[in-house]
Amino acid sequence: MSLSELTASQLLQQLREGRIKAVEVVAHSLRQIDQYDPTVGAFLRVNRDHAFAQAEEIDRRRSRGEKLGKLAGLPVAVKDNICTQGEPTTCASRMLKRFVPPYDATVIARLKAADAIIVGKTNLDEFAMGGSTETSALGRTCNPWDVTRIPGGSSGGAAACVAARMVPLSVGSDTGGSIRQPAALCGVTGLKPTYGRVSRFGLVAFASSLDQIGPLAQTAEDCALLLEVLAGHDPKDATSIPQPVPPFSETVRQPLEGLRVGWVREHLGEGVSPSVLAAIQEAIKVFQSLGAKVEEVELPHARYAVATYYIIACSEASSNLARYDGVHYGYRTDEKAMLAELAEERRVLQQQGKSEALEDLDTALVRMYRKTRAEGFGAEVKRRIMLGTYALSAGYYDAYYLKALKVRRLIRQDYDKAFQKVHVIVGPVTPTPAFALGEKINDPLAMYLFDLFTVGTNLAGLPAISIPCGFSEDGMPIGLHLQAPPLEEETLLRAAHMFQQVTDWHRRRPPLLDRQAVAT
Amino acid sequence: MAEQPYTIVIGLEVHVQLLTESKLFCGCSTKFGAPPNTQTCPICIGMPGVLPVMNRRAVELAVKTGLALNCEIARFSKWDRKNYYYPDLPKGFQISQYDLPICRGGYLDVPSPNREGMRRIRIIRVHLEEDAGKSMHDEKAGRADSRIDLNRAGTPLLEIVTQPDIRSPAEAKAFLTELKLLLNYLEVSDCNMQEGSLRVDANINLHIPTEDGQYVATPIVEVKNMNSFRAVERALTYEAQRQYEAFLETGHRLGDVPKQTRGWDEDAQLTRPQRSKEESSDYRYFPEPDLVPVTVTDAELEALRQQLGELPADIRRRLQETYHLNDYDSDVIVNQGRAFVDYFCQLADTCGDGKMAANWAQQDVLRTLNERDWTITQFPISAAELARLLCRVKSGELDTAKARMVFGHMVDHQATVDEAIQSLGIVQVDETELRQLCAELLASNPKVVAEVKSGKDKAIGSLVGQAKKRNPHVNPARVKEICLELIRQETT
Repeated sequence: MSLSELTASQLLQQLREGRIKAVEVVAHSLRQIDQYDPTVGAFLRVNRDHAFAQAEEIDRRRSRGEKLGKLAGLPVAVKDNICTQGEPTTCASRMLKRFVPPYDATVIARLKAADAIIVGKTNLDEFAMGGSTETSALGRTCNPWDVTRIPGGSSGGAAACVAARMVPLSVGSDTGGSIRQPAALCGVTGLKPTYGRVSRFGLVAFASSLDQIGPLAQTAEDCALLLEVLAGHDPKDATSIPQPVPPFSETVRQPLEGLRVGWVREHLGEGVSPSVLAAIQEAIKVFQSLGAKVEEVELPHARYAVATYYIIACSEASSNLARYDGVHYGYRTDEKAMLAELAEERRVLQQQGKSEALEDLDTALVRMYRKTRAEGFGAEVKRRIMLGTYALSAGYYDAYYLKALKVRRLIRQDYDKAFQKVHVIVGPVTPTPAFALGEKINDPLAMYLFDLFTVGTNLAGLPAISIPCGFSEDGMPIGLHLQAPPLEEETLLRAAHMFQQVTDWHRRRPPLLDRQAVAT
Repeated sequence: MAEQPYTIVIGLEVHVQLLTESKLFCGCSTKFGAPPNTQTCPICIGMPGVLPVMNRRAVELAVKTGLALNCEIARFSKWDRKNYYYPDLPKGFQISQYDLPICRGGYLDVPSPNREGMRRIRIIRVHLEEDAGKSMHDEKAGRADSRIDLNRAGTPLLEIVTQPDIRSPAEAKAFLTELKLLLNYLEVSDCNMQEGSLRVDANINLHIPTEDGQYVATPIVEVKNMNSFRAVERALTYEAQRQYEAFLETGHRLGDVPKQTRGWDEDAQLTRPQRSKEESSDYRYFPEPDLVPVTVTDAELEALRQQLGELPADIRRRLQETYHLNDYDSDVIVNQGRAFVDYFCQLADTCGDGKMAANWAQQDVLRTLNERDWTITQFPISAAELARLLCRVKSGELDTAKARMVFGHMVDHQATVDEAIQSLGIVQVDETELRQLCAELLASNPKVVAEVKSGKDKAIGSLVGQAKKRNPHVNPARVKEICLELIRQETT
């Protein structure tokens, strides 16, 4: 059996039993990256030497009988908006292309403490703003199932590298669906934890009240393994929840008795493609066959979720991204050129005697800000900063931001009510399977509407998981969305594991792997 | 000063740095004067991905201040982001409190500058926020060079906003003096304007009476860049006169022109308009999503109330009532701080004479502290020992001049009263011996006696001189007393 067919849990067992060595696992991972990443483009950087050295060290420590961490010897990929000390953390932006944080994110510290091997940093939409990874300023990622299509986003690289079996485990972040949506489109399992379950310290903020780090892997069992390491209270994050972390990796295999599954009429209606609809309906039947009771629930304010989400997320982003101003770190415009340009403008205005325009001319500082941000950020990031700045402006605040906060509360109340009846709510993650690269990049509204099933979860701060549940006629993966009440990750993982015990969608491999494997 | 033909209306916005060990949202030190950018970390310099964690001590100090200013303390307040771009604001926003400040309402009673009782200045709000860094501009013609020190960035600040209750520049100064004293007593802030731990902006306009018995209000001007209490007084005096002249010239009333900001130019002693462009900024306040709301429980509030201790106004009253000090003396003593007050009270209680204790504390003790740059805690003479010295003076054993010598010796050699007297060779003259000496002098100076009898008490002076020649240890005051007494006995 090839190593790439093993899940993280299986690899871990073989490592523990001494049947394989960490160096072999890492070597295999790097070989897969070498072979497929030139096509897929999941990684922005790979830490080849360091990964090997770390694997050797783990093998040595294991041979000496030392106690090792929970993920000892497993390669893990990390989304490049999570800070790694001494290693670039770019957010796939020109602005941070050369930024090297002097600190580790808390999740990185936890991964290191668990002896995970961080093999590289994965591509994303710039500052996690996007749903296709196409807004990355530093590289293009394709869907391993069809390289002409998007991998989803913003954790596109994080999902694609698991789908292409380059790594068994991957860490992403989810602000409005950024883990679950690419997981669905790439045919892997991805979990967005309860807001506050995983520390955000070191996650470069997009929208602080929505961002959450979570795991991506082939199976729910593997997600449980990784989540157990990532999760837990962190005094460095005031919004992190001071609750003990359940032993997810142990409880995940326990089937749920008397599971009640809810579904929402609007999620299975207009706008959802027939193949997705069929797959979801089939998945619901699977849960029924496992003894679950299925009933309809209502989320009456769900239709306002996209609008609410984009107001809140953009408002927070407009403030969070203000720090990228060229003053202290990151990209700065060419100062000489900028000053020359300004001098020339001044000269022309003086010549024309336009004293008023002359007075309004930027100071050097303001011009530096303008040019730095104009050049450092891509179009989508600028669009969101402008939307958010507008929504927070005097005279618009009440109508937009404040109203969005109120709707957000109503959305949360809808969920609270629904969860009085059911344990989990199921539905599609996306209305259609992955679309073609370039298809929606010039249609931001269409891109935003693609998020309609996932953003509500973030607004309500809930945990949710995406698991493979079928394929379209043209062979693209389809994801099943399970949402649960706050802190019920365990329920999600156990329900997902039950599903994966009786289905094999998550075991399917992109044809690319077999084609290229034959070719080499 | 001539009566002005207008009423001055002033409101103050005071920023004070809190005396916390560490910054408001990270563990960096808040100590003043370190080399630039040595007290910083990824959090206070706003690096990507970092998060603020609130310093609870700052909240406690804010609550103490609110209690001492008679404010209503919010049981639930929150943090907001104030968004603006400036190079010394590394995150592009300042974490502050917008619509739910930690304290609201309240007042401070201020001794009126002309000593006509107290003036109550109402407080609108007190809120917490983080300080920005410091920009240092070196603007040589055309080649502006700016440097930024972020040591201060993230230091906790308290913003105290008054109602426009202040009616004169002197009253503004008096308010600041009293506020500074209060915050010193609370150990909330050292309020050092030179180090920037207290900063003041003032809003000022005039109410100019009209013939119909109403008044006209002039446009409100915000005055900034005042670097001492004296500068505040001068800037506001200047600004009031300027507004009056501007009104006579233009007739502009409140609302006719946009609010103006003017900066005090200390060298030129005048206010100048600052760029109004930056004034129209929209700070786009919104709740800080990285922090949770601040709650204060009944128990915490009670505990902090207990920690307030006796406050300056109460101490002043106590000194006046218990030791019969006047306004001036009680002010001088209270202004020295709590430790000095304690010293004074012990001194007064032990020697049993408040006025005498006040004189010694203010003149001798305070002068020594100032000369040697000591605090009262460093002062080598305990209150009990100094009281012993004062008792000797009271009983006539020592005259004031000798007592001062003894005092000086005690300070220099950390000696007791007895040790000092001994080292200085001061010999106590026996009372009987002294009376004997006086009697002899009177007998040999009938002329002086006659002069005294005719009402010229001053004539005794020559006898004092003779007494000192015969015995250098005599107490001149005592010689005078005894001689007069003996002459009086003779006449009756």
